Amino acid sequence: MSDRNAQSVAFVRETFVEPSPPPAREAGVIKWLRENLFSGPVNSILTILAIYFLARFVIGVYPWFANGVWGTDGLAACREILDGATGACFSVLQERWNQMLFGISYPATEYWRPVLTFVLLFVAVAPVLFWKLPRQMLIFTGLFPFLAYWLIYGGTIITPIMALVGTIAGYMAFTRLEKQFGFTMALVGGVVGAAVVWWVGGLLAAAAPNLLAFEAVTTRDVGGFMLNMILGTVCVSLSIPLGIALALGRQSKLPIIKGFCVIFIEFIRGVPLITLLFVANVMLAYFFPPESNPDLIIRVIIMITIFSGAYIAEVIRGGLAALPRGQYEAGDSLGLDYAQAMRLIILPQALKISIPGIVNVAVGLFKDTTLVSIISMFDLVGAIRGPILGSTQWTGVYWEAFGFAALLFFVICYGISQYSQWLERELATDHR
Amino acid sequence: MSTLSDTGAGPDRFRLSQLIYDTRYRSITFQVIAVIVLAYCLYQLYGNARQNFADADLNISWLFLYEPAGYDINQRPIEYDSQSTHLRASIVGAINTLIVAFLACVSATVIGVVAGVLRLSNNWLVSKLMSAYVEAFRNVPVLIWILIIFLAMSNAFPQPRAFRGDNPDAEMWLGMFAFTNRGVYIPAFENGAGSMVFWLVCLLSIVGVFAYRRYAKKLLFDTGKLLPMTWPSLAILIVPGIIAFFALGQPVGLESPELKGFNFQGGVHLRLSLLGLWFALAIYTGAFIAENVRAGIMAVSKGQTEAAAALGLRPGRIMNLVVLPQALRVIIPPLISQYLNITKNSSLAIAVGYMDITGTLGGITLNQTGRAIECVLLLMLFYLTVSLLISFFMNIYNNAMKLKER
Repeated sequence: MSDRNAQSVAFVRETFVEPSPPPAREAGVIKWLRENLFSGPVNSILTILAIYFLARFVIGVYPWFANGVWGTDGLAACREILDGATGACFSVLQERWNQMLFGISYPATEYWRPVLTFVLLFVAVAPVLFWKLPRQMLIFTGLFPFLAYWLIYGGTIITPIMALVGTIAGYMAFTRLEKQFGFTMALVGGVVGAAVVWWVGGLLAAAAPNLLAFEAVTTRDVGGFMLNMILGTVCVSLSIPLGIALALGRQSKLPIIKGFCVIFIEFIRGVPLITLLFVANVMLAYFFPPESNPDLIIRVIIMITIFSGAYIAEVIRGGLAALPRGQYEAGDSLGLDYAQAMRLIILPQALKISIPGIVNVAVGLFKDTTLVSIISMFDLVGAIRGPILGSTQWTGVYWEAFGFAALLFFVICYGISQYSQWLERELATDHR
Repeated sequence: MSTLSDTGAGPDRFRLSQLIYDTRYRSITFQVIAVIVLAYCLYQLYGNARQNFADADLNISWLFLYEPAGYDINQRPIEYDSQSTHLRASIVGAINTLIVAFLACVSATVIGVVAGVLRLSNNWLVSKLMSAYVEAFRNVPVLIWILIIFLAMSNAFPQPRAFRGDNPDAEMWLGMFAFTNRGVYIPAFENGAGSMVFWLVCLLSIVGVFAYRRYAKKLLFDTGKLLPMTWPSLAILIVPGIIAFFALGQPVGLESPELKGFNFQGGVHLRLSLLGLWFALAIYTGAFIAENVRAGIMAVSKGQTEAAAALGLRPGRIMNLVVLPQALRVIIPPLISQYLNITKNSSLAIAVGYMDITGTLGGITLNQTGRAIECVLLLMLFYLTVSLLISFFMNIYNNAMKLKER
């Protein structure tokens, strides 16, 4: 310590000197520009190039948007209004709005039914996506598939109700039997119970086809973006259980089951979806019993479910492999049998790890539902390629029509991937 | 359970209940049940198929492959006319599939690496632009992109007749490239006498470049002597070719396309269906590869970049010499699956009329002969083989690149 201090020196400044402001080039917008856009020669060239391309893009696209014509009844009328200027013909969206969303021949008076289903879909999905919502809402989620079927396809209310009763009966039988006979026997019992009720339900529905019935819509008439939504939601929900089963089978120690699952998964992953849709279109019907005539959409749902099931199985297998061995051993040491250990210990953790991957597969699958247009189903892309661009008044409005389709898919897929990122942060229980 | 008793017949003390409660036998029991269930299902499917075939008076036969196809294919990498067999049509289709898949794989890799690196750039504007590109392409179905790009090309390019006359509406680019709505015409090589020697020299100089680089690297590692890299490689690549070109009396010329009648003749004709599919697949998959590249680069720890910077390497060299080689190990496995995706997505060619194997075997041949099962099975077999081959070779490459721990 020195002996110089405030008492021994002549002057001590008691107030703090305000720091002088940074030089102008090191502050505010200029600093940001210098650091982020012009930090070096290469960077400056890149920036100028980017601005150039951006400007060209905006100059090219803006007038197209700004001059967009609404409310005409054909491309010729649009061209007349535009009179040589560049401009979009957005009237096609107005005039063909219903075709794009509901397909070409969904009865026009019944459009409220799919709209209502679409709104209810959010109510049904909400408790699955956000688990802070009251758990009672899950009851509605359970009812929703039956309700949605009834709303979209119409027919008597007996069909969905008996389907629901059958499912409940099967579940009850399963829980009762599981306590006494174990998992496998209970599963068989549950399936048998449900099947019996469904069979009775089929008889009942055939006996009273007009009880509380909506106008029935044939599956051929369901199309447009609605078809993409139906295929997407149905196939994703069905393929998750299939994927879990295949992943467990592939991880199993039983060589025959494992071999079957490996071959199945690798085969499905090795071929394009379009060939599987060909199978659904021209081949699958041969493998059904002769008198049953399964609808094209059912065959397509089967093949898409198998397809995405194989991909989801690989994602879940990754999750299973990522779990430490100790978790499996802990399950064994607690004396849990295979089904219990999987349900209570392994799968909850493995599925949590797999969620981002599953969401990726789901987004990919939803995009791939547009492929059904190739086997001449009129989904959104099919409706645009077929009836809309094929009609005399709208040939050539492909930018507007496909741009709208792209926008619809973008909004939904981007939304799902943002949700998945949020969920990942939410589920991160480790400390980083 | 009665069916199972014969499988478990054996030791005296064996009780039937052991089949379920004893772990030694339980796995066998379950597998036997699984096999029986599977066999039953397959039998049912087979029975249904046989019944349906009998009802529809159909049979399985592969002879249709040797009948004349009777349809034309617009892009023929090998000899083909409408009198050729269905089998030959399928092979043409298969080659077309491989062509577009190869082109798209190469360009998607380039686009993806550039976009992935630029997305991590310090330049705010560029990185935001690249994010916009990646998100826009990842979140929209590839089928929509293929259709948009194909339709945009065929509507934006002028008709061949626009090139005609003294004051044409459209002009050829550099006098050699013609962009028309029937396709893009590019110059072709005209091989004269001695052209074989010229091409051989070119090939040898490419090999020579690799040999020189290998030698320089060995010299550097053995003795620490640093040879110049860029100029000698360039010289080896170009000089022998030029010498050979003039020494042989200019054996190779360029044949430019020319407007004759209603269309261009000469040169190489790239159809819009090929170009549209190729660009769409490349840009779409490029967005995915960009994400993989970004993840790979971010997986390289920051200390590596800082250490390289401390050694005085320039940013470009840091990327090339330190970050990318390490990131490559993370990038390659997802890259393999992107290549597989390109191959599989190339089957969407059918949407723009590109005659790949889905268009020939799975399209026209199937519709003409009505042999649905045979055609679809062959189609699946082809894609399965290609997928397995790609993953086989890429896995070899992956193993070669993997970090070798000693």
